[in-house]
Parts: sequence; C-alpha cells; structure tokens
Amino acid sequence: MNLLEIIDLKTHFPTSNGLVKAVDTIDMSISEQETFGLIGETGCGKSVLGHSIIRLLQSDTVMKGKIIYKGKNLLEISEAEMRNIRGEEIAMILQNPTTSLNPVITVGEQIAEAIRLHQRLNKKDAKQKAIEMLEAVRIPSPSQRANEYPHEFSGGMKQRVMIAMGLACDPALVIADEPTKGLDVTIKIQIVELMKEVTAQKAMLLITHDLGVASEMCDRIALMYAGELVEYASVIEIFENPLHPYTIGFLDSLPGRGLVPIPGMSPSLIDLPDGCRFHPRCSHVMEICRQKHPGMTEMKDGHFVRCFHA
Amino acid sequence: MLGYILKRIFQLIPALLLVSVASFSIIYFAPGDPAETLMTGPDGNVNPKSVEEFRTKMGLDKPLHIQYLIWLNNVVHGNFGYSYRTEKPVFDHIKTSFGATFKLAVVSLIISLIISIPLGIISAIKHNSGLDISCMVGASLGVSMPNFWLGLLLMLLFGIYLDWLPVAGYGTGGDLEHIILPALTLGTGSAAVTARLMRSSMLEVLGQDYILTARAKGVPEWMVIGKHALKNALIPFVTMVGLNFGYLLNGSVVVETIFGWPGIGRLIVDSINMRDYMMVQGCMVFVALLFVTVNLVVDISYRYLDPRIRYEKA
Ligand SMILES: Nc1ncnc2c1ncn2[C@@H]1O[C@H](COP(=O)(O)OP(=O)(O)OP(=O)(O)O)[C@@H](O)[C@H]1O
Ligand code: SF4
Ligand SMILES: [Mg+2]
Repeated sequence: MNLLEIIDLKTHFPTSNGLVKAVDTIDMSISEQETFGLIGETGCGKSVLGHSIIRLLQSDTVMKGKIIYKGKNLLEISEAEMRNIRGEEIAMILQNPTTSLNPVITVGEQIAEAIRLHQRLNKKDAKQKAIEMLEAVRIPSPSQRANEYPHEFSGGMKQRVMIAMGLACDPALVIADEPTKGLDVTIKIQIVELMKEVTAQKAMLLITHDLGVASEMCDRIALMYAGELVEYASVIEIFENPLHPYTIGFLDSLPGRGLVPIPGMSPSLIDLPDGCRFHPRCSHVMEICRQKHPGMTEMKDGHFVRCFHA
Repeated sequence: MLGYILKRIFQLIPALLLVSVASFSIIYFAPGDPAETLMTGPDGNVNPKSVEEFRTKMGLDKPLHIQYLIWLNNVVHGNFGYSYRTEKPVFDHIKTSFGATFKLAVVSLIISLIISIPLGIISAIKHNSGLDISCMVGASLGVSMPNFWLGLLLMLLFGIYLDWLPVAGYGTGGDLEHIILPALTLGTGSAAVTARLMRSSMLEVLGQDYILTARAKGVPEWMVIGKHALKNALIPFVTMVGLNFGYLLNGSVVVETIFGWPGIGRLIVDSINMRDYMMVQGCMVFVALLFVTVNLVVDISYRYLDPRIRYEKA
C-alpha cells in the first residue's frame, strides 16, 4: 500500500529573474516502511521536493499536482490540518544540523516542544519524553545534555538531536535531508546504523549525495536531474543495471569507480534545455533528444527510466 | 559571570579618569572666568576684591594639577564639590536633575518600545507589502525629523490647538500630564531607529534554517514568530535599545530646553553658561559613569540572552 503518492507535482518559485522550476513534474510513491532514496547533484531540487511534501515553502510558491498522504491530498487541506501533520505524521530532518537548531533554546526544549504540541503532554512529561528520545539516539547523560544549547554539541551529536526531534512524535514518514553530510566516516557509519534502527518501522524519504549511504539504507533509489526524476528502481537494479546516462555518470564519479565527473554543469532551473534536460551533457545524445522530452518508461518490473537511448 | 563583571568594572577606572582629566582641562582653557562671571553685580560692574576672595575660597588660585588632585581626592571620598553659583553640594543638584531626566528617559523608552517592537515585527512579517513600506517611510521621516521640530509640532497640536496637555513645565514632580509631550518627542524619535533595527534583525532571523525546523515540527506561526524568531532577533535589539537608553539618560538638552524640563542636560548647559565649573565637572563625570554603567548592563544582558557567549570564559 502506498503511504505517499506524488502525482504530477510542480513547485515553482517566482523570482525577479524568472520562474525557478525547482520541481518540474515529479511522480513517485513511497509505500509503508519503505526507504526511498533521492539522489542528485546539488541544486537539482531535492530539498525543495522534500519541503513541498509538508508545504514548508513561502506563500508565493506555485504548487501544482497532488500529494496524496493516507488518501488525503496535502495540497488541498487547510494550514491548520497541515500543521497537525507536520512533525506528528510526517517529520522532516532538515539539511545542516548546525544551522537548523535554534541557538537560543535548549536542545531538550526543542524536542519537548514538538511533543507538547502533538501529544498534549504537560511540560514535565514532555521533557521526560525528550530525554528518552536523546537516550534513544545514544546521547550520553541525556538528562544533563537536554539542558544544554546546540553550540555545546559536536556535529555528529547535533545530527543525533535532529533525528531525536524528528522521531519524537513517532511519525509514519520521515523525510531526512542529507543526514550524513559533513560527518567523518566513523560518525557517518554510526548515524547510518542509528537511522536504520530507529526508522525500521517507518517509511522514509532519504535525500543524499552519498550513494554508499543510499545503498546501505534504501529499498529503492531515484535519481533526480533538473527538477525531474530520470530513473528509479530497486537498489540492486540501480547499481547493477543502470540505464540512464546520468545514473551511469553518477556511478562512475564515485571514488570506488574511477572518480570520473560528469562533464558540464547542471542547467539553470529558470531556462531549462529543450528536449531531454540532460542532452547538453550526454555522450549518447541523438537528434530526437534535442527535440522531444523523453517520458518515464518502465523497462523492467519496477525499473523506470527517462531516456530515448535506454 | 561575577568575575567577568568585576573585571569589566575594573577596566572602567582608567576610562573615567581620562574623562575627568579631559573635562577638567577643557574647562580650564575655555574662555570666560567663573569668578568674574559670578561676581559681576547686577549693574554689570566687577568688584576685583570679591573676585579675589572667591578665587581663594574655591581654590581657583592654585595650579591646575593641584586643583585636579584636590578635586579627585574629594570625589574618591564621595564629595563632588560645591556649586559656585548656589554653594550647595554639586551632588544634590545632580540628584534632583537626574531624577527628572530618569523619569523622562523611562517613559520615553516605554513609548519607543511600544511603538517599535510591534511595528518592526509586523514590517518584517509582511515585508515589502504596502504596510511595511509605509511603516518604513514613517520611520525614515521620524529619523530625519529633528527633535526640536517634532517637539514644537506636538506642543502646537496638543498644547495649543487641542489644549489637552500643558505646553511645557515640570508640574508637581514631573506628573503624567507634563511628561507626555517631551516623552512622546523623545520616544517617537528613538522608535524610528529601533523599529528599523527590529525589522532588519527579525527579517534576518526569519530566513534562518531553524525557523524552518520549527515550522516542520508543526509549531503554529504565531509561536514561530513570538518564540523562535523573537528570542534571536532580540539579541541585537537589546544592545541597541540599551545604548539608546544610555543616551536618553544623559538628558536631551534640546527637548529639556523646549519643554522646560529640569533635567541633567539643562543643568549642564545652564552651568556652562554661568561658568559654574565645579558643577560642569561633576556632571561630566556623572554622565560618563552613567554611560559606562549602562554599557556594562547592556553587555551583561547580551550575554544572558545569547547562550553562545554566556559560558565563554571572560
Ligand atoms: N525559495 C526559493 N526561491 C527561489 N529559488 C529557490 C528557492 N528555494 C530553492 N530555490 C532554488 O531551487 C533549486 C533547488 O534547490 P534545492 O535546495 O532543492 O537543491 P538541492 O537539490 O537540495 O541541493 P543540495 O544538494 O545542495 O541541497 C536551487 O537552484 C535553488 O536555488
Ligand atoms: S534522452 Fe538522449 S540526451 Fe537524454 S539522456 Fe537519453 S540519450 Fe542522453
Ligand atoms: Mg538540499
């Protein structure tokens, strides 16, 4: 059963330079307890897609399409209903824990706040629950650490706090934005292990640059390029049988596989290339690629790709 | 924290000494002789004998550095000397005048905060809207309008046309009726500055990632603004407002003069005019002391508000 289904989603930002098409037609779904990885170069719209799901965008943003969560279209419900879903049903672990924690509020209070809002616990019980959450993410001496401020935590510890905060109300879906970015290898492994453990019973949208992390944690992986998905399949399929030239390029740019970067730069989201958005950088480009925009086609069971060459 | 405060207080001593030396010498070299000015009779004639007597009595015949040391020694013992004019202790004059200035400063500050905090927040939330633009145009006008002009306008409107409030004066101990107009003049003037600061620090804070985190948790928007954003935006704001209050405490000569408010600003100007230098000297040191104290209090509250520097070893 699909927990979340995104249909024809577009998220555009009007700016003085033109319309930024950060998400330009995404169709995807996440089933219960599934971990879905979203991978792509910087600026391709991953975070915007994550924020779109819980409508965490400024009011002049243009959003079209449907985001169906448990049968309800999140783009049609009221702001008050949306607020009840944020944190309680769908939690978001934002990119960059250092700037995402409020510097003047204690860590314990930042976690307890969500608990008080959604679970109608009193101050004391919420605080106790927050301490339990800190304990669950393996922060040593949690009852003392709860009274400390974010700047007193290391980068890895802040990430743990973000995870504790996201999971405090036991959401069904977690959107985790680059949870391992900027961490050194040992800490990264610990965070991956921790996330696997605490989200075992939950669905997750994992946004990451790190294919290693994605392969470790995900059931399915999608590659995003210039506001759209270009390929998605099970983890094994993506690694063993990649079809889209962008996916192949991405895999080749991994340290273990030659470190060959994809030539060229990702296009401006204001002025997208005609035809296939990847064609200016593609080594297999054909005449049709410049004229027609390829659709998503299912090549194999559950393996979708957007390419004329595949 | 206590260690930090003590250290800061200790650091104030050289600054205060410097201020006192500077004001002592400026006064000494300024034109006009206090003995002659004060001993001029109603007929405009100066009696050389009484001038001499006055000089000896006030110690003005001694060399400058001796005068200074005598004065300093007295100050250290809590004696700010005696006014040349009234022969009453300088400190008593300062106390009375400062009382009036303090009252005016507090009411002005309250007015300024009542105006600037909501205005700054609303402008930031609705930034670039018509409301925001009109608030900020109003603030620009407020900043550029000189106090004496605003004061006179208020005086004309409320004191003369509407006749709701007394035009000027101190009333009985600076009562509410008399304080409103001068406080409004000072308060709106400083609100124009602080509202803009509130707006810009609020705007900056609202763009931070932790605001997004709060929203992602399902925190209602009024709490995002009132708790998550305001707590951060107040840090630079408090510094600014504190310094502003420091200026208010030094007494606005212009406003005190227009409204006949017997505050410390007017005491200084009157004393300079009368060459009552003992009084000027006392006031200068008092004002300097006040200013550094306010600065220290601002610094301490800044540390209290911002946990990132609260625990730093001072
Ligand atoms: N509020 C906004 N207004 C205008 N443009 C925006 C806005 N938010 C994001 N963008 C643009 O949308 C694009 C996608 O941004 P997004 O943050 O989703 O990238 P990302 O894939 O998450 O990149 P990264 O890996 O660096 O986090 C970027 O080009 C960004 O500049
Ligand atoms: S459609 Fe054409 S240009 Fe686009 S990825 Fe496939 S081969 Fe390359
Ligand atoms: Mg991102």
